[in-house]
Amino acid sequence: MNKSPFKDIVPFVKDTIAWNLSGGPRYQIFLCVLAATMVIGIYAYMVQFSVGLAATSMGNIVSWGFYISNFTFLVGVAAAAVMIILPSYVFNDKDLHKVVIIGEVVAIGALVMCLMFVFVDLGGPLQAWHMMPVIGHFNWPTSMLTWDVLVLNGYLALNLIVPAYIVYCHYHNRQPNAKRYRPFVFISIFWAFGIHLVTAFLYQGLPARPFWNNPLMGPRFLASAFAAGPALITVVLIIVHQVTRYKIQPQVFNKLRRIIVVSAIINLIMLFSEIFKEFYLPTHHSLPAIYLYFGLDGHDSLVPWIWTAIGMNLVATITLAFNPGDNNPKVIFPACILLFIGIWIEKGMGLIVPGLVPSPMGEVVDYAPSWVEICVTLGILALGIFVVTVLLKPALIIEMRYEGTSKSGD
Amino acid sequence: MDPHEKKICQPSGGCPSSERAGCGRRDFLKAAGKAALLGGAAMVTGCSAGPASGEAMKLRWKEYFKKHYRLMTQEEKEETVARLERLAKLKKGLDVQIGSEASIEGVLFGYAFNVSRCEGYMECVAACVRENNLDRKSNTQYIRIFELEHGQMSPEVGDGKFFHEVPVPDHFYMGVQCFHCDNPPCVKACPTGATWKEPDGIVVVDYDWCIGCRYCIAACPYYGRRFNWGEPVVPKAEITKKQHYLGNRLRHRGQMEKCTFCIQRSRNGRLPACAQACPTGARVFGNLLDPDSEIRFVLQNKKVYRFKEDLGTDPKFWYFID
Repeated sequence: MNKSPFKDIVPFVKDTIAWNLSGGPRYQIFLCVLAATMVIGIYAYMVQFSVGLAATSMGNIVSWGFYISNFTFLVGVAAAAVMIILPSYVFNDKDLHKVVIIGEVVAIGALVMCLMFVFVDLGGPLQAWHMMPVIGHFNWPTSMLTWDVLVLNGYLALNLIVPAYIVYCHYHNRQPNAKRYRPFVFISIFWAFGIHLVTAFLYQGLPARPFWNNPLMGPRFLASAFAAGPALITVVLIIVHQVTRYKIQPQVFNKLRRIIVVSAIINLIMLFSEIFKEFYLPTHHSLPAIYLYFGLDGHDSLVPWIWTAIGMNLVATITLAFNPGDNNPKVIFPACILLFIGIWIEKGMGLIVPGLVPSPMGEVVDYAPSWVEICVTLGILALGIFVVTVLLKPALIIEMRYEGTSKSGD
Repeated sequence: MDPHEKKICQPSGGCPSSERAGCGRRDFLKAAGKAALLGGAAMVTGCSAGPASGEAMKLRWKEYFKKHYRLMTQEEKEETVARLERLAKLKKGLDVQIGSEASIEGVLFGYAFNVSRCEGYMECVAACVRENNLDRKSNTQYIRIFELEHGQMSPEVGDGKFFHEVPVPDHFYMGVQCFHCDNPPCVKACPTGATWKEPDGIVVVDYDWCIGCRYCIAACPYYGRRFNWGEPVVPKAEITKKQHYLGNRLRHRGQMEKCTFCIQRSRNGRLPACAQACPTGARVFGNLLDPDSEIRFVLQNKKVYRFKEDLGTDPKFWYFID
């Protein structure tokens, strides 16, 4: 290999693009559906851009809504990649090491969605440069939001650099140099905990909002993330296993299932602890919880959602714990989706809206996202799935090729 | 409004009706005479697109790349103020004067609210809306008056939407607005430093620097901040033209705003509009550092309390009982 590393990049990029464009009709339809959804999202965002955030259902009381709910939840999904990275790199788990790339790609997709959700939530998107260090005024370290911007972008960079390097080496049939990437892997492990704690601190640092001002929030964020994230990764793995030639070992599903069960149980224990505190001797500060679980002053739009979420969490946790199908994907797949949606409701709308209702002046209102918010959200979700797809497809082809050559000794 | 302008705008009835809609429908007709003159000027400038819009574009371009207000030199502050005044003229035909008066040394503003005097007439709210050019479309109000029954002590349990004859027996009224905390959580929250506490204690927003993330709303325990969800609408005839960069100048959608103790008035030795409008004398405003001020008399001689004192925000807004 006498060529300069830059000359090597050209065929790598060409091949990745070619692999992404190739595929059967079902794959093409899938891409078209994603593209169409993104176009709908862009249209809805244009409406929002021209009339302002008045196009959403938010107001001065519920000042953060569906966008920030999704952002908060997806930070957890991004952080959860650490549950695969940690055992595969630190404990040298061979099974999980084979799927670590998938975990990292899911994290990248989640982070792209997080950053997009924060961006579409801005009232002045054209002023976003005001927050950039040097050219703007970055209120760091005082503002927790600046910490969040730092950790999210840093984590995105870490999750891009490490897999890109490894895949690139494998593409050229080289053994990646562990000395080069291992330091970044260790940083990313700490960073993963960091992104989710910082996001929790964003809320838990506000005495103005008793529902959020709760020291359990950070740990609970981590627990729910380490359940929801691996659940999503399991879903992606099952899809990969079924639609591609990249086969996942059954032990992987078993290991992920154990991680999910332990995290989900810790999450439920913390949920129970919170509910106990709010309802044993309810105070004024319990009003948001009463609003969430039972409704307040006739406003109960969140009540069916939160009970659905709790039901889904319980059913999924019990199913995954007792494992009736013995890691049968037909059981694990719906259980993981159930758990994922349950935590999405609980940690999205179920967390953000009650933090803001009742208002600091005691007013109770209902909130449901407007069509603009829903369409923009769908567009961003489609973008996330698109990012995961176009990164994963070439990565898996390269990995399979590399494994094939190293096994047959070519 | 110079006489030359009046001459131009008189024969301007033929402007497209869309121009007129921008000036605020019903209120436009209400304030007939004056509005016709002012509105006419806008139509003239609006209709004659040519060189004026080119100039406006240039000014807006410069405005877009301007610095954070606190990092500007006095010269730069005067430049942006001049640009904004010119833009108001070009786009709306308005002659506004935008001040950039700094805080005066030895002044720390404070406010006291007499709960035994207030009878809920809401004159303060109306005066505030007019003075501060608040959005009429979304009915934005910085001040809210809560009706409380005897025995209640917090607006959280009171009625902030009462609509009946006042005062109601056995009830009292409590006004809330931004309390200009000495330890403001909103300032800590802002990721761009677009909101801060001035040396005279007023918590202000650099509207043009705000990115509209609304973290400050989440951080404020007093519901003191208002966001421009849509483009604010103020009927042209009702625009208060004596403005301040950090005060009542016209805002745009996507920007945060709040009570500034009427910075355009208070820094020029006048009372905030709410304090001046109050018919019962329930509102006391003044310099906390002046031992002879009325506010100091109230703090020394009345039974005062502050709202949500347990949060450690240290508001410069006291309630008192006669």
